Amino acid sequence: MTAHRRTLIHGWLLLLPAAVLLVGFTHYPAVATFLDSLFSTGTVIRPSRFVGAGNYRLLLDDPVFAKVLLNTVLFALGTVPAAIALALVMALWVNRRLPARGLVRLAYFTPTILPMIAVANIWLFFYTPGIGLLDQIGARFGLPGHNWLGDTDTVLGCLMVMTVWKEAGFFMIFYLAALQTLPPELFEAARLEGAGRWVVFRRLTFPLLMPTTLFVLINAVLNSFKLVDHLFILTKGGPDNASNLLLYYIYETAFSFFDTAYAATLTMVLLALLAVLGVGQFLLLDKRVHYR
Amino acid sequence: MMKAVKTAVLGAVCAGVLGLTAPAEAKTELTMYYPVAVGGPLTAVVDSMIADFEAANPEIDVNAIYAGNYNDARIKALAALNAGEPAQLSVMFSIDIYDLIEQDAIVAFDDVVKTDADKAWLESFYPALMENGRTLGKTWGVPFQRSTIVMYYNKDAFRDAGLDPEHPPATWDELAEMGKKLTTDDRWGVMIPSTGYPYWMFGALTKQNGQVLMDADGKETYFDDPAVIAALDYWRALATEHKAMPEGTIEWGTLRQNFLEGKTAIMWHSTGNLTAVKKNAGFDFGVAMLPASVQRGTPTGGGNFYLFKQSTDAEKAAALKLVKFMTSPERSAQWSMETGYIGISPAAYQTQALKDYVADFPPAAVARDQLEFATAELSTYQTGRVRKLLDDAIQAALTGAKSPEAALTEAQAEADRLLKPYR
Amino acid sequence: MSRPAPLETAAAWLLAVLWMAPLLYALWAAFHPPEFAVTFDPLARLTLDNFATAWERAPFARYFLNTFLLVSLILLGQLVLCTLAAYAFARFAFPGREAVFLLVLVQLMIVPEVLIVKNYATLSQLGLIDTIPGVALPYMASAFGIFLLRQAFKGVPVELEDAARVEGAGTLGILWRVYMPLARPTYLAYALVSVSHHWNNFLWPLVVTNSTETRPLTVGLAIFGAPESGVDWSVISAATLLAVAPLVLAFLLFQKQFVQSFLRAGIK
Repeated sequence: MTAHRRTLIHGWLLLLPAAVLLVGFTHYPAVATFLDSLFSTGTVIRPSRFVGAGNYRLLLDDPVFAKVLLNTVLFALGTVPAAIALALVMALWVNRRLPARGLVRLAYFTPTILPMIAVANIWLFFYTPGIGLLDQIGARFGLPGHNWLGDTDTVLGCLMVMTVWKEAGFFMIFYLAALQTLPPELFEAARLEGAGRWVVFRRLTFPLLMPTTLFVLINAVLNSFKLVDHLFILTKGGPDNASNLLLYYIYETAFSFFDTAYAATLTMVLLALLAVLGVGQFLLLDKRVHYR
Repeated sequence: MMKAVKTAVLGAVCAGVLGLTAPAEAKTELTMYYPVAVGGPLTAVVDSMIADFEAANPEIDVNAIYAGNYNDARIKALAALNAGEPAQLSVMFSIDIYDLIEQDAIVAFDDVVKTDADKAWLESFYPALMENGRTLGKTWGVPFQRSTIVMYYNKDAFRDAGLDPEHPPATWDELAEMGKKLTTDDRWGVMIPSTGYPYWMFGALTKQNGQVLMDADGKETYFDDPAVIAALDYWRALATEHKAMPEGTIEWGTLRQNFLEGKTAIMWHSTGNLTAVKKNAGFDFGVAMLPASVQRGTPTGGGNFYLFKQSTDAEKAAALKLVKFMTSPERSAQWSMETGYIGISPAAYQTQALKDYVADFPPAAVARDQLEFATAELSTYQTGRVRKLLDDAIQAALTGAKSPEAALTEAQAEADRLLKPYR
Repeated sequence: MSRPAPLETAAAWLLAVLWMAPLLYALWAAFHPPEFAVTFDPLARLTLDNFATAWERAPFARYFLNTFLLVSLILLGQLVLCTLAAYAFARFAFPGREAVFLLVLVQLMIVPEVLIVKNYATLSQLGLIDTIPGVALPYMASAFGIFLLRQAFKGVPVELEDAARVEGAGTLGILWRVYMPLARPTYLAYALVSVSHHWNNFLWPLVVTNSTETRPLTVGLAIFGAPESGVDWSVISAATLLAVAPLVLAFLLFQKQFVQSFLRAGIK
């Protein structure tokens, strides 16, 4: 057996166990989901049949889907930039000689290690009208109570605030790491030139952090499509789907309505969204971020 | 000779041991999923009832699994069946019946009961509680944890507002009027929950307005009937016009806490909360039937026992035994006292324990008395979807996103589309 | 770096307090009797009753055990599978390697819970519904883990491998004796990230588990706190604290390593 052949065989053998699971739980289901989306849901009484693009046409007529898709996009737009901006501010603060720096960093980071389910339980108390913390504080200042989660105008916003709180500390870590690799000489030079702090940030720090920002941005958006745990506790997607998100709708369709074909169709939409972002990441980051 | 005797004795001992152990080895194992949808440590009550059953029937082993809310229980039980895991019976939502039939998951009790006594047992429950369990001419669900909606009210708040605490609102007009009087800066007059189970609360309002939500075959809905639209108009008006209820949706889960904190003078809620309210209320409270528009009315609610198809005859017989035990007058009385759910048969209210309890705590009988005006809970083919349509329509109207008429007309059109294949 | 202005310091602190507020509230509600759950009275008496009630009402000990078994099993599987695969990608030049690596990276975008419907069906065919291995299986071949370890292995000088080979070590021997020890910091980082992620994971375990014997803490907590059962703030807060306590304690004890790990895991 030649060395080359041995390398080949050993390489594939090493890869095999991981490959089986990866194909089994990522690639195969992705393809199978696509095939499922071309058939109707079968029950014992009415067997499944080929419907072609029928399920996709249903999507277009489904007002809940339109709302859910919009919510998913709004949720990403509302949480990601805010969380990233906060994360950057946090990182800049914690990176300086702040009194009690360790404690502050701890406080910022703690939400990251709490389960979303537990967090949602606690935040439910904040938002409950009348007896909740938000309304209690408001009442001190003579403000009328508000039905935060029961109002279609505020519910998604409330969930966004909670998500920003949960995620910002996580993104802060990436910025902290990046800040520590920035060359101090540059900043020394800028100071000698008499540049103000804002100018230093705008002209020096922020551009230097750009690769990190892009990296965090893509990952944050990818992640935001998967964040639905809190809906199980807080709103179940209500009122009137005002806080419903795509992955939760998939769960509902598959496991409450038992409509696996339509769930597969919805999953294809989610996959398409993720794919667009994935390709974006590949093109953008390959150039700007050095994966070493 | 001695040897022969020894052998004989040994043989007899062995046979005796075998004889003793044989029934134990032939133990029938049952797996049952059940949900809990209201307050209090109900899992402990179920566990103790199961333990009593096992003590009385040593040849049957029961594995009772708490599976979360009604939705979870149905998902879990069906998932277990699809995965080939054993489950012979479950307590599931009474409205799951059509889905379970469509999935070919359950058998009708009529096909399992053999003796006349069993057949009589099947007829022993309150008829209103059987409505959701019967279709296609058969009985598929036997009532267990069943409830209706009742009106809890804070008598102290009534006194505070100059109202007679022994005269709770009996009509829609009174509810609106009293609700308005009861509302202060710090307290709402009335709250009707509109998350979790909005269609259920709405079923009460429509019945009171003289119209049910669906036909008896689960193939037709009446969401755009004028009386139904008027019911939603009224619900919304409680907030917008009468200012007796907060605008937007009201959370099912936190409502009890609101009531206990005195933040609302009246709440509509499941009877299943009665025991929890009784334990925790720091004020004088009353329980009344829901008010009437053209008549009184409430849907029944809660969970039924179902028997699964994929089981042996011995398992089915054991499962039937368990269901009969759990629904016997004594158990039903115990269950009712510990939870606030309704005693499911007239016989349950004839037990001494429940008689004494009702005499001592009259609110416990309100739900039973209300059964006279009860109707089935919304249940159709594609029930999850149809229910969500109505839930969304109600929430859209209550949050002001759509008019009640527009919301319900749209929901009806969509429901027609979903149900057409079944007609 | 410079010391910030007082105003900035105050702002940073204020944000820190805000960020801790939910946890502080949970502490308040959990350690006081239920009547103080929504009323803040500094004189309210302290109690452990809520913890006792929570512990009594749901099998939290079992949930803890399940979560512990689950995260251990996932981690073990990940360490083995990802090590092998990463080694192949880092040091074996076989045709199609780059293409296969790209296929692996797909999982960074499409995590198993996105394909929840189909993966559930697969698991059901394998007869693994309602088992802890069933929950663990889809996560064992982690693209993230393969990616991290491949980077670490690439940084190992080839001369070390050659030296070991001269001494007669085989493929796995080299991996075990040369590569794995040198990648220890990466392993630690990955382990911490993996454990904290799966300790908190919810949707997939919710779908797969049916019974007390398999349910992890997050699912148990969600069922326990399901608003259907009427929210009892104090007891739910106590249960919530119970569920997060091990991770938070571990985090407090190993704060530095934690942050370093996340840095390491994230930056590469």
